[in-house]
Amino acid sequence: MKISSVKIISLLFFVLSAFYLYTAYQIQVFAFDENAPFNAKTFPIYLGYVGMFLAGLKIILPEKIKEEVDHTVLDYKKVIFLVIIMIFYGLTILRAGFFLSTSLFLLFAYYFLGERRWKLMLAFSFPFVALFVFLLHGILDIYLRDPFLKLLGIIG
Amino acid sequence: MIEGILIGLNTALSLKNILMVVMGCFFGTIIGMLPGLGPMTAIALMIPITWGFDPATGLILMAGVYYGAVFGGSTSSILINAPGVPGTVATSFDGYPMAQQGKAGKALAIAAYSSFAGGTLAAIFLLFAAPSLSKVSLAFRSPDYFALMVLGLTAVSAFSSKGQFLKAMMMVVLGLMLASVGQDTLSDIPRFVFNNMNLSDGISFVLVVMATFAMSEALTIILKGADPTRASKAISLSELGSIRLDKTETKKMLKTIPRSSVLGFLIGVLPGAGATIASFLAYGMERNYVNQEEKQKFGKGSVHGLAAPETANNAACSGAFVPLLTLGIPGSGTTAVMLGALLGFGIQPGPRLYMTNPEIFWSVIMSMYIGMVILLILNLPLIPYIARILAVPRTFLIPMILFFSVTGIYLMSFNTFDIFLMIGIAVVATGLRLYKFPMPPLILAFVLGGLMEENLRRSLLISDGSFNFLWERPLTAIILALTILIMSWQAYLNFKNK
Repeated sequence: MKISSVKIISLLFFVLSAFYLYTAYQIQVFAFDENAPFNAKTFPIYLGYVGMFLAGLKIILPEKIKEEVDHTVLDYKKVIFLVIIMIFYGLTILRAGFFLSTSLFLLFAYYFLGERRWKLMLAFSFPFVALFVFLLHGILDIYLRDPFLKLLGIIG
Repeated sequence: MIEGILIGLNTALSLKNILMVVMGCFFGTIIGMLPGLGPMTAIALMIPITWGFDPATGLILMAGVYYGAVFGGSTSSILINAPGVPGTVATSFDGYPMAQQGKAGKALAIAAYSSFAGGTLAAIFLLFAAPSLSKVSLAFRSPDYFALMVLGLTAVSAFSSKGQFLKAMMMVVLGLMLASVGQDTLSDIPRFVFNNMNLSDGISFVLVVMATFAMSEALTIILKGADPTRASKAISLSELGSIRLDKTETKKMLKTIPRSSVLGFLIGVLPGAGATIASFLAYGMERNYVNQEEKQKFGKGSVHGLAAPETANNAACSGAFVPLLTLGIPGSGTTAVMLGALLGFGIQPGPRLYMTNPEIFWSVIMSMYIGMVILLILNLPLIPYIARILAVPRTFLIPMILFFSVTGIYLMSFNTFDIFLMIGIAVVATGLRLYKFPMPPLILAFVLGGLMEENLRRSLLISDGSFNFLWERPLTAIILALTILIMSWQAYLNFKNK
C-alpha cells in the first residue's frame, strides 16, 4: 500500500502536535497559578490537542484529491545550492561584514541560477551593495557592523 | 465625521505621506506584476522600511503597496495571461483575449479606470461603514472577540483554497503554535524556548511573513523551474496600442462599475473572502446581468467581463479594511500582515482606534482616495514602461528577493540566529506549498495568536473556568453558530464529493 505524501506530512504534524502537547505540559507555572482557570500552559495544551485531532482526521479520512508531485521535474539542486549559500551568508555577515558577504552572496546566487553575463552580475553585486550600504549607513544612519569596510577605513 | 475627514486629509496630504503613497503604489505595481509574487510578499518586503516611520505613514505606505500590487497583478493577467495575484485571475478571462486582439492598451485602460472607480466607491462606503461599525463594535466583549477570531480563522481556512479545509486548519494550528513561542505575556513564563535565549522574545512576525511568503515564493519558483517573466518575451511590451476608450465602451463600464463595487466591498468585509472570491462572483454576476449578445462575448474580450472583476477586486481590498480598522481583526492574509505591522508600532486596531488614534484611522481612509488617483495617474501613461519589469530575468529577480528578505530581517535584529530560523521556516513552507498547504491561514493565526489567548484568558477567568461564556451572550452564540455553520458546510462538501 502506497501512503500519499500529504498523509506523511499529516503524520509528521501529528507527531509535532504530540511533542508540542508534551512540552506544553512541562511548562513550569507559578504555584499559585497551578489550579487557576487559565495559566501559561492552558492555551498551548488546547492547541496540542486540536493539532493532533486535525492531523488525525487528515490521516484517517480518504483523500478526495490526490496531491502527488512529480519530483523528477523539480529542481532540488538549485534550491539546495541557494539554501547553502544563504546559510553561508548568515554565517559570514558578522565576520566578513555586510558589504562583502552580501556582494558575494548575490554573485554566487546569480551564477548558480544560470546567469553568465559577468558585467551585469558584477554591476548588480558590489556596486549595488555599496549603494545600499551608503543608503543605510550614510543617509538613514543605520549602523552596520562591517569589519571589511572598517579595515578599508570607509566605516568608522 | 467631518472633523475626522479633515484630520485624515491633513495627515494624508502631507508631502511625506503623498510620497509614501506614490512609492507604495509604484513598488506594489512592480511586485504585483510578477507572477507568483503577490501583495503579501510586497508588503512583507516593505515592513522593515516602515519601522522607521510613524504608524500613520507606515500604514499609508502599506495600503499603497496593497492597491498597487492588486493593479500590478491585472497588468500581467492582461499582457501575458499570468495573473500576479489570485485576485486577478478573472481579469485574464477577457483581458488577455483583448490583448491578443491588439487592444492591450485599451484593456489596461479599462482595468485602470475600473480599479480606480471600484476602489474610490469602496473607499466612500468605508468612510461611512467604518465609524458606524466602530461604535457597534464597542459593545464587543472578550468572549465575542474570541469567537470572532475563531470565526475569522475558520472562514479564511474555508475560503483560502477549495477542498483544502483540513490542511488550512492545520496551518492555523501551526501559526498559533509558532505564536506561542516565547515568554507568556502575563506571567513572563518562558514557553517552547528550549533554553535558547534567542527565542525568549518569541518569533518575529516579520520573520515569519518573510519566510513563508517572500523567501518561500522565491524558492518555489526555482524549485518548479518556473520563469515568471518567460511569457513576456513573446509579446512587445512597448507597443500596447491605444488607451482611449470609445463611447460604447465607456457606457458599458458605467453600467458594470456600480454593481461590482457594491458586491466587491461586501465580499471584502466578510472574513476570509477577499479579492479573489469578489472578482469571480462579480464576473459571474455580470454575465447573468448582460443581454444575450454581450454574454456571447464573455471570454473573448468583453468590456463587461474585464471591468467587473477589476472593479470588484479593488473594492474588496477597501472592504477588507473594515474588520481590521473597526474590530482589530483582519479578514485576510494581507490585512493580517498589516495588523502585525501595526502591533509592531504599538498600536492596537479596534473600535477604540477611531477615538484614540483618529489620525491613523482617517488618514488611511483618505490615503485610499489619494492612492486611487495616483494609481490612475501612474499606471495609464507609465504602464508600457513599468511592464518592462516583466522582462527582468529570474536569475536576477530571485537573488534580489532573497537578499531583501535576509537583509530585512538582519537589519531588524542584527542577530544571525534570525536568518537561520527564517531559512528553516522558508524551507518547511516551500515543502508545504508543494502539497497545497495554504500559507495565509498560518499568517493570520500567527498574528491573532496572542490576542486570541488573551481574550480566551479573560473569558475563562470571568466565567471561572467554564466554557459557558461561548453561549451566554447572544452575540457570542451567533458568531459561534456561524463558525459551526462554516465547518458543517465544509464537512458536507467533503462527504458530498466522495
